[in-house]
Amino acid sequence: MHIKGTASAKIQVMNAALTGFTWLLVLQLAGEAVVRLTGVPLPGPIVGFVLALGALGLAPPLRAPLRAAADALLPHLSLLFIPAGVGVVMYLSAIREDALAIAAALVVSTLGGLAATAWVAERVARWQDGRSRARAEDPQ
Amino acid sequence: MSVDLFRLWVYLAATPLLGLTLTFVAYQLGLWLAARAGGHPLVNPVLIAMLAIAGLLAATGTPYRQYFEGAQFVHFLLGTATVALAVPFFDRLAALRKRALALTAGLVAGNVVALGSVVLLMTTLGAREATLRSMVPKNVTAPIAMGISESIGGIPTLSAVFCVLTGVLGAATGKLVFDAIGVRDLSIRGFALGAQAHGIGTARAFYVSPEAGAYAGLALGLNGIVSALVLPPLVSVLR
Repeated sequence: MHIKGTASAKIQVMNAALTGFTWLLVLQLAGEAVVRLTGVPLPGPIVGFVLALGALGLAPPLRAPLRAAADALLPHLSLLFIPAGVGVVMYLSAIREDALAIAAALVVSTLGGLAATAWVAERVARWQDGRSRARAEDPQ
Repeated sequence: MSVDLFRLWVYLAATPLLGLTLTFVAYQLGLWLAARAGGHPLVNPVLIAMLAIAGLLAATGTPYRQYFEGAQFVHFLLGTATVALAVPFFDRLAALRKRALALTAGLVAGNVVALGSVVLLMTTLGAREATLRSMVPKNVTAPIAMGISESIGGIPTLSAVFCVLTGVLGAATGKLVFDAIGVRDLSIRGFALGAQAHGIGTARAFYVSPEAGAYAGLALGLNGIVSALVLPPLVSVLR
């Protein structure tokens, strides 16, 4: 009885994921349509992302299926980058000119960019926390 | 025997099934090695799978185009996954609103440092103009970066290469950088990964925790939209 219960719960989650996946495709398609129709300089999936946000906010029944689909898809985001990555590795030998400048600029800007983003965000967050704590302690 | 094997390979290499299966098997190999390394960021599953497949293709003389016939089914899902990033974002709207100022400040600071160092190093080391322009959108998700690259006089394919390299580099070194500067907050670490190492950084963040992944997805989307709107006019003003 108990085993039956968990099995049917699993099937329900899978059904929800499939419904959610259908909605993801519909939203992606709608995103592509918007890009074609309006000519905004963004890729269809990014517009689909914005449309999905709207759908989540305006249509609460879509939340559970979209969550199930996202939970199935996003933990394996890495897998989806492999085909493009292979293309890059095969293309690498073609980049001989400017190789030193490219390597230096990529390493410095990536490490520097990561450090600057995280450091500044944390400083500002701490400053905000400190201010709201001070306000809570001294309501005047 | 070896002639038969060769014929079999030639036959299989021409069907999409081989490229597709290869992608999944290489990913499993990457996951297995990453798990054996205790999830160490330098042992990145994407990087391992990329190198393994590229090595195999080079060794067998199989053209990339042939591999992609099968791998395109996986590649296609990138767009769908991008739409799915709206879910973790939506689920944290309240927390995000509280952090909006800090995250925006971080996003701006990171982009100023990244863009500044690219221009400075590429100019001093004498890189060509087109290479420099191609590198400007390197921390933007690849499909947007290619569009930006085209509109600012870069080479879109080269930009995609820089994007993937930046993503792998950021995903592999993020932990070391954050530990070195003492930033422990998982949401901020995730946000920085998404902002500077876009999709591959976001994939790494999801590997660490759903919380970090959610903030990475937000940063990826935000950075993509802002860059698409800001970079083309900015470059035309500067030059």
